Amino acid sequence: MENRAIFSGRLLACLLVFPQLAISLIFFYWPAAQALWQSFLVQDAFGLSTEFVWFENYVTLLKTPEYYHAIGTTFFFSLLVVFFSLAIGLLLAVMANRNIAGVQIYRTFLIIPYAVAPAVASVLFIFMFQPGLGMIARALQRNGIDWNPVLNGNHAMILIVIVAVWNQISYNFLFFLAGLQSIPKSVIEAAAIDGARPARRFWTIVFPLLSPTTFFLIVVNITYAFFNTLGIIDTATEGGPNGSTSTLVYKVFLDGKAGSDLGGSAAQSVILMIIVIGLTAIQFRYVEKKVHY
Amino acid sequence: MVEHRRFGNLLPHLVLLAGVAVVAFPVYLAIIASTHDNTVIANGQMPLYPGSHALETYWNTIVSGAGRTTREPVGSMLMASFIMAVGIAVGKIAISILSAYAIVFFNFPFRMATFWTIFVTLMLPVEVRIFPTYKITSDLHMLDSYSGLILPLIASATATLLFRQFFMTIPKELVEASKMDGAGPIRFFFDTLLPLSVTNIAALFVILFIYGWNQYLWPLLITTRDDMQTIVIGIKKIIDVKDALTEWSVAMATAVLAMLPPVAIVVLLQRLFVKGLIETEK
Repeated sequence: MENRAIFSGRLLACLLVFPQLAISLIFFYWPAAQALWQSFLVQDAFGLSTEFVWFENYVTLLKTPEYYHAIGTTFFFSLLVVFFSLAIGLLLAVMANRNIAGVQIYRTFLIIPYAVAPAVASVLFIFMFQPGLGMIARALQRNGIDWNPVLNGNHAMILIVIVAVWNQISYNFLFFLAGLQSIPKSVIEAAAIDGARPARRFWTIVFPLLSPTTFFLIVVNITYAFFNTLGIIDTATEGGPNGSTSTLVYKVFLDGKAGSDLGGSAAQSVILMIIVIGLTAIQFRYVEKKVHY
Repeated sequence: MVEHRRFGNLLPHLVLLAGVAVVAFPVYLAIIASTHDNTVIANGQMPLYPGSHALETYWNTIVSGAGRTTREPVGSMLMASFIMAVGIAVGKIAISILSAYAIVFFNFPFRMATFWTIFVTLMLPVEVRIFPTYKITSDLHMLDSYSGLILPLIASATATLLFRQFFMTIPKELVEASKMDGAGPIRFFFDTLLPLSVTNIAALFVILFIYGWNQYLWPLLITTRDDMQTIVIGIKKIIDVKDALTEWSVAMATAVLAMLPPVAIVVLLQRLFVKGLIETEK
């Protein structure tokens, strides 16, 4: 970082950074340290005594089948959400990048889902997919599909994937559109003069040039699917039926709420923190590269 | 653009129309449902055009709350959401513009350490450290208070990084000139830096207001008092997936009211929103 320090009032500088530092220490570092410390402790059933047990909580955690189930659910859910929200976002962005009439109006509509809270988005879709009264649920039932997300785990999974994708389309659409607009027109025109058809131009020129945006969005979308979908899951399925929609984050939430196993719950949090730190590090490596590029 | 297309722009129009339909239909359906009677909805016979119960539904929803249980009226939920969203947006902007100012323009011990301490918080979303944070907030007697709702959510590095990035583009000469006019750091901040930052502040406000308004997990844990419930939390208590007695018209009216402020901001301040989104994330 370039040192362009110009003022020298040390006291003033300390006062200026104090609020943010204080809040970071109290609400970020302290809880994170607590989680880490707690993950090495085991408490007896009455909360009277605690014992330092090193990695026992982690070992126990990695021996429970439900934890693997949650890992599987999280990966399956994230894969579907990331793939569909990126594919739809890209398709819409490519179309909106054409010079056609009314593109502003389309864009205005397409950014609306970003503003809708995940939990509220869930409510909109629950209404359409509610067996017996929801419009889509009834259409499915008329066609012989016994649609019931409360009882059928696959249906519950389909429901939360649809909500999460819908909620995330705007974001991907806007970033892809910005990425497309930064590709110089001359490159594409040159290919057109060489006789490349639109589809070929897209896959051989546009898509490779978009790869930094795509890569950035993949990381952001994984983070989204892992962490920001808690509101969707809690509203639509509460992790059920039978844990079929319980992702890692949702499991931390459920186990923490139950409050019986503090150490195990803390160990789960620490594993999640490591995942976030990993994802953020990947994201910054990419940013770094782009800056030097 | 490059060559003559046989079908003109038919394909992009069709695809974009389909996209808009997918995006808008759930919202449209919620608006329609909020104008119909509960029994019509419960039968699954709701038409696709507006009904005549809009006034009644919205009055019930906002003022008296849903009938079946002793629920909070949605009016007070809107108020709570509004206080939280504005509190988070203003608080985050205030603390981060100050710290970015100090980091870029001041020379003080542990300057880089301070920067990195703030930077690392980027990596810890609330979701992963939720219960220890809850415990600390409870130890500080901040449960069921707006400070408990707002403070833990305002310290994050994104806004600080954005301001830092912007401040670094301000030419040194500007500061020197200001100093020559006899301005101290405080006057420079208010007379020069703040006016230059207005667009950035506004773009950030749009993004942070939406972020604050749409919070779910933290308000769910931290508030137990009904009159502090935000609308995003409140709506979950109105619908019950396993219960046939859900008052869908009220639920949908609540959904519409919950969407209205953030959607209005995004649509009306579209340019600021896009600027804020793209700059805070990069």
